[in-house]
This record gives sequence, structure tokens and C-alpha cells, in this order.
Amino acid sequence: MSSRYDCVVVGAGHNGLVCATLLARAGRRVLVLEAAPQVGGAAVTREFAPGFRVSAGAHLLPAMSAPLGRELALHRHGLELAAASVPTVALAQDGQCLPLDDDAALAARSPADVAALAAWRALQRRFAQALHPLLTGIPPRLGTQDRADRARLLTLGWKLRRLGRDDLRELLRVGGMCVHDLLEERFELPLLKGALALDAVLGTNLGPRSPGTVASLLYRAAVAPGAGGAMLPAGGLGSFAQALARAARAAGAQLRTAAPVARVQVREDRVTGVVLEGGEEIEAPTVISNADPRTTFLRLLGAEHLDAGFVRRVSQIRSRGMTAKLHLAVDGVPPFSELPPQALRGRLLFAPDSDYIERAYNHSKYRECSEQPVLEITVPSASDPTLAPAGKSVLSIVVQYAPHEVQGGWQGQRQAFTQRILATLERCAPGLSPRVQAAQLLVPQDLEREFGNQGGHWHHAELALDQFMMMRPVPGAAQYRAPVDGLYLCGAGSHPGGGLTGLPGRGCALAVLRRSAEP
Amino acid sequence: MTPGADTHFTRPLLRTPFHERQMRVSQVDSFVPWSGYTTVDVFTSVEQEYFAIRNSSSLYDVSPMVKYRIRGPDALRYLNRLCTRDIRKLRPGRVAYTVWCDDAGMLIDDGTVFCLGESDYRLCTGEWQLDWLRASAIGFDVVIRDETADLAALAVQGPTAAHLLKGAGIAGIERLKPFEHGEFRLTAPAGGSAPLMVSRTGFTGDLGYELWMSPGDATTVWDALMGFGTSRALRPIGSRALNMARIEAGFILPRVDFTSAAHSLFPGTERSPLELGLAWLVDFGKGHFTGRRALLAEQARGPRRQLVGLDIEGTKPAYQALLYTDRTGRRECGSVTSATWSPTCKRNLALAMVAAPYIAEGSIVWAEIYLNRELQWQRRMVRARVVPRPFFAPERRRATPPADF
Repeated sequence: MSSRYDCVVVGAGHNGLVCATLLARAGRRVLVLEAAPQVGGAAVTREFAPGFRVSAGAHLLPAMSAPLGRELALHRHGLELAAASVPTVALAQDGQCLPLDDDAALAARSPADVAALAAWRALQRRFAQALHPLLTGIPPRLGTQDRADRARLLTLGWKLRRLGRDDLRELLRVGGMCVHDLLEERFELPLLKGALALDAVLGTNLGPRSPGTVASLLYRAAVAPGAGGAMLPAGGLGSFAQALARAARAAGAQLRTAAPVARVQVREDRVTGVVLEGGEEIEAPTVISNADPRTTFLRLLGAEHLDAGFVRRVSQIRSRGMTAKLHLAVDGVPPFSELPPQALRGRLLFAPDSDYIERAYNHSKYRECSEQPVLEITVPSASDPTLAPAGKSVLSIVVQYAPHEVQGGWQGQRQAFTQRILATLERCAPGLSPRVQAAQLLVPQDLEREFGNQGGHWHHAELALDQFMMMRPVPGAAQYRAPVDGLYLCGAGSHPGGGLTGLPGRGCALAVLRRSAEP
Repeated sequence: MTPGADTHFTRPLLRTPFHERQMRVSQVDSFVPWSGYTTVDVFTSVEQEYFAIRNSSSLYDVSPMVKYRIRGPDALRYLNRLCTRDIRKLRPGRVAYTVWCDDAGMLIDDGTVFCLGESDYRLCTGEWQLDWLRASAIGFDVVIRDETADLAALAVQGPTAAHLLKGAGIAGIERLKPFEHGEFRLTAPAGGSAPLMVSRTGFTGDLGYELWMSPGDATTVWDALMGFGTSRALRPIGSRALNMARIEAGFILPRVDFTSAAHSLFPGTERSPLELGLAWLVDFGKGHFTGRRALLAEQARGPRRQLVGLDIEGTKPAYQALLYTDRTGRRECGSVTSATWSPTCKRNLALAMVAAPYIAEGSIVWAEIYLNRELQWQRRMVRARVVPRPFFAPERRRATPPADF
């Protein structure tokens, strides 16, 4: 059997769905092929214990960049929010807590930090507004005679220039710095510094003292400047994926799940379609891969269609995941003793200070799990009771650091690592462990197996300055277009990077449409 | 460490298995480094050695030639993606001259590929390549092994080469066709025996063979050849005589006629196979190979410069001469990369990289040559004409069976 489309999107992750929607709206015949039985990639809700459901991958939905939010209008496709803006609460070693949006609470501990935090947020907002346009378009290629490339470079320069002398100087000064040094300059309170540092390293293979962590913090701010905090869709992140799928279908795209692609077909250096694992061939002059760059180039396409230097660069993309996920089914309400009840709806950060995070990171350098891990805890059932049976709770916890390759292998260490996380939790929620009815630990290898991203990295490729903009994922494929004509990348490994931003998907759609406008 | 042991710091250059024999023959003790080995520059005199290549036979130690064994289920796909030629056409028992490029289509090196069997190849080249070969192996099921030190090699080149090998005890050599290789056995009349692989290949553009053997058999083979050959004007040669012959044959050398893209430091000093006049080695129709897209773009754009053959007035070789558009020397249009007086052609020859407007056959450029007449330096502007390569290509290099003297 053979069928024909204008575009085939490999992978129905959120970026694949965004890309498919925009292309279908532009009049393309689009087919999305997803290997898993459901769409969404790492945005998926799943039952992990009888009656307990959880967002198995990402567990919070960041605010979307305004233009993309308008374009997709997901509320019209059934996206409902259980929480519109999830507040962040920093947890201390003794169980004390600090809501980051509560100036009075902060002033009680450190009056100076109130002003410092406001100043940093204002500066970060200005940076974010200047950087945002750079993250939404197609990054320029360096050293070409192409007019579009030059225009993009000029725009980049102009946006930065408009920051003004003082801000530009500050951006250049802190842009390559480590977040630890930045926080030491600006803040007093260790608990506050820990919480801010965690935002810079969450989902990465970096510690607060790693260079480029300020850039990763700014990236998070710049993908959606001026927007509120993270959101919690009703029914978990799977609902977000469902809404995207409905938007794609409404635009005219076709979606097929349980349809794993075996390889991308090439004839005379041009993509001609894909072959499914069952042998079915689907013809399309444009194939867009939502998979990570390594999988796309080395497994789906094959090195023989690429230059050796390019393949070497692809094989050297840093993409070792460090982030695990722990799901807990808990009897009653988790006993965070010092926490006001409404704070359970927040995002609870256990990173008491920057050094604590760095110590947790130290282990990972030697392929060990953190002795005392760093946690981002959410209690989704507090905002959305449908996720757990009555009188029970679900905890969804992002855990760092858990290396993709751990010494001795993960097999014998899952139980011990789970116990370590529970012991850490006990400090701020004493008496939690006996109430745990079921626990599910997903280490990077599990995420890799389930979501197909080699290395199990959230961002497919490490979010670092050397893998940013026109270097993401590698020069030669940083404008979404692969060296083989007709092949495109739309996943987190492409510009600007990971997170549920939809921006790589949108940028890729722009690149596909621009290519077809070329002679 | 044993005192006096050979180590890389007491003796930075390695010795080939023929070193001791060559020391005995050398009259001027002139050695030069080649790929980490010490090799002979000249044994007696360059002229005598050159005439051995063209009028009788020459013996040249090519053991430092870097040899990589490439095996595995993907060996053919791997080589076809590495090299610009279609290696699928290379059958067992055959040898192909080829080049390989980086992503930008710039030449990394040239060499020969021996097809030893299905999924079993040997790549011979002048310089170390392992980094690039391994980068090229990502995504391919191949095993690459450096066999440089496992094989000693001798080039026997010249019109009497076949006669000489036969006489030295290698039966059946006359049946070997150009670019073929096969397994032979040397049974010397004066005693001594060794298995050999012989290929009808070489770097002189003449009738010639290359003998590949275990290092342990090296002296046996050398002695057998010299024992039979010395009275028949067989002469060991050094790299300087060989250089004259290879220029006549129009062959290029890395570091001389081009800078490998793997070594070039200054942007713009790399050269593509199209620029080096090797377009006939580039098979755009065979599927993808590294550099293909860049070379297609270059082909569409047209050449900016090209390596050409020059026939230069006078007899003084135009070593490293700058080339100009006219006699006034106001506008440069290229430079000479290799030059020699050719005793066989009786012409003053050069290979030169010339700007695009002057690459057509018959174009005239002017070479700036410096003459040293008993320490008196003189500058000459000499007319040079672009002529076809090779400059010297005798029919005997291809004849099978070769003439038996």
C-alpha cells in the first residue's frame, strides 16, 4: 500500500503537532505518524497505580509565547486549566517554606532580597523581551552571502542594541556566566538562591556552577516573556496533547498512532517519504522529524546519506539525560507540615541552597546518583481531584541528578534511589513514606525507551551556549533543514530548544513554507 | 627502560625493514622523513636513479606507505561513502586510485583501494588518516586496522620490471594486468623463498609493480631482487628521482601540490578534486559520498582555479615560481607547485595552480624564475604554455604481457 502526502511528520510530540497544524493551515496535506499508542510524546497522562493518574513526562505547562498561543487558540480545542498560574514555593531543610511571590514572607527573612528580586525580575524581563524574537524565527547561518541570513543577523544585533548600553553590557557580562556567581552577586538568602538556581539547571546536565547556566535561565524566561507562571491542564498534560491533536485535525492534518517509522526514504539525495516498521511506504516530498537529531540522522536517515564531518558533529551532540521522574500514590494529603494548605497547589522546590544543588550534581559527573537529590514537587491532585481516588493524592516529582548511564547499571539501584528520594522528602513532609501506596520511578533510560529520545534528555540536546541558535543541534542543520533536501527537524533539539514551548515546531513550519516559496 | 633501546625519543624516526640493506647501498647517506619513517632521498645521484626508472628498473622502498585494512559487513558502503569513486565497481583482485574529501568537498588525501575479497579492502595512502577514517565509520559496521607496520613494500618500476621479477623468481608475473593484484611466491634461483602480494601499480607512470610482504621476508626479497638485478642495471632509488618521474606522469603529492583539508590552517588553502584536475575521479551518479553536495555546487559555479601542466621555455626548472598574466609581471595568476627538467621528454615541465581564465590548453602565462649562476642571482620572466597531462605516458605501462628483455 502506498499513499501520498505533501508532508509527513514523524512523531506526534507537541512540536510535531504544532508544526503539522501550521502546515495544514497553510494548505499542505499533512500526515502525522506516532510510534506510541497515543499522541503527545512526553506530554502524556497515564495511570501508574489503580485510580491514580499522572503526567508521565512533563508535569507543568509553561505559558506559551503569545503569537503561538494566539495561532493555536487551544482553549477553543478543549484545553481546560486546573490551575492557571502555579505559584512557586521554596522548601527549606527544616520544612520551612518560602513562597517566591510573597514579598512579606521574603521581607521577614531578608528585606534586601525583596528589592533585589524585583530588580532581577525586571532585568530578566527586559532581557527576555530582547531575546524573544531571536528564539521565534529561523536562526541565521554564519558566513553566507544569503540576504535572509544577513537580515536575521542584523535583526539580532539591532534587538540587542536596543537594550541600551547598561543592559547590553550586563547581558554580555552575565550571559556566559554560571548562575551561582550571578546569584551570589545579587541575593542574600540561601533558600531564594537555591530556588532560582534550580530553575537554571532543571532538566539539564548542568550544576549551578556550570558555565552557561545564566543563559539557560534566560532561555526559560525568553520563550514566553511577560507571561505568567506555569499552568496545570485539567486531566494532566495529556489533555494539552489532546487539544493540540484536535487543533491539528481541525486544520486538516491526519494523525496515526501506533505507526512507528522505520526509516526515511531517499532517492538521488532527495527525501521521497518514509517506511513504517511494518513495511508500509508513505510517499511525501517533505519529511519532518520530531525525533531527536541523533535518532533522525543516524537511525531514520542513515549516515550513508550524510557527510562524515556532519555525522561526527551529530554523534557528538551532548544529550545525556540527568533528570528522573518519581510518581507517588499517597493516602490522604501529603504531610508538608509547614505548608499552608493552598500551597500544595504550587510548585514545591526542594533545593535549600545553591551548594546543595552543586553537591547533588557532583555525583552525576562520576555516573552516580545524587546522595541527596534536588526535587521539583507538584501535587496535581490538589488542583485536579480527578487524578486520584477520593481521599488520596498524587505526587509528581522531578528528580535530579540521575545519570542516563549509572555506574553498575540502573537495575539494582532503582529501589535504593527511590528510598533516597523518599528520605529527602521526609525532611519537609515527615510521615509521608508510610502513606505511600505505590511509587513509580522513571529514570532517563525509561524516558528514552518510552519517548524515543536517545540519552533520555528533556531537551534532546543539552541546553548550552555551544548548542544554541545557529549551533543547534549542529551547524548544517540549525535552520530546521537537514542537508538532504526535503528533510526537516522540528523537535526540542532544534532552535530554540526544549520545554513545552512549541517554538521548534513553529520555526520548522516557517522553514518548510519558506523553502517552498523558493525557486 | 633498557639503556640504548630504540624509543621514540632516542630515535624519533622508525626504520623500515629494508633500512639495513639500503644503508649498505647508500653512497651519500641522504635520508628524509616520511610518515614517521626514515627513507632514502638519494642513494648515489639523482640522474642515475632517474634513468634507472625510465631505461631499466628501479627499486624503491614504499614500506612507510600507510595501510588500513577495512573489513566488515558495511565495508563497501563505507568506502563508497568515503571515496569519490564508485567502489562498487571494484572487483576482488583489482586496485583503484581514488581521493576522499571533507564535507566542503576539499581534498583530504589520495590513495589506492585494494579489493582483497568480499567486504575486505585495504586503503594505501601517503599519510595517516585514522581520525578521518574513524569519523567516517560512525554508523557503519566496519573494523579499521592500521597495517602499516605489518607489511613491508617495495616498488619495482621501469621498462624491464617484469623481466626482472620473473628472473628473480616470481613466476607468472607477466599475466598481471594494470591495476590488478595477486598472490605470488618468490623462489629465488640463489635460494630463499617468500610469499608476496604483487600489484601492478606505481607512482612513476611506467611499467611497474609493487611488492607487499611480511617484514620478516623483506631482506630475502631485497637480496633476491638485487642478486638477479644488479647486473641488469636494477638500481635502488630515493625519493628525489621518483619525484622527477611522478611529475612527468602528472601525479600529485600532498604538501606539495595540495594542502590536505585535514592539515590546512588558513581558510582558502584547501583544494577540491575538481580544482586539482581530478574530476574524472568524482562519480556524482553513484549515490552520496562525503563532499558530494559541495562539489556539485562547485561544479555548477564553475572553477575558480585549476591544477594544470605547464611547458616552460628554457631548461631551468620553475621551482615554486609565481605566474603572471604577461611579461611585465604586474598581475599574478597562479603559482607552480612542482617543477622539473624532464630528461625523457626533453622539456621543462611543471604542475601549477592557475586562475580560471588561464586553465584552457594553450593558454600562455609567464613564470618568474630565479637563476643562480655561481652565486649571481638573476631573474627571468619565461613564457609557459598550458599543456595536457600526463607529460609522459609510454604504451609499455599498459602492455600485457609486458616486453621481456
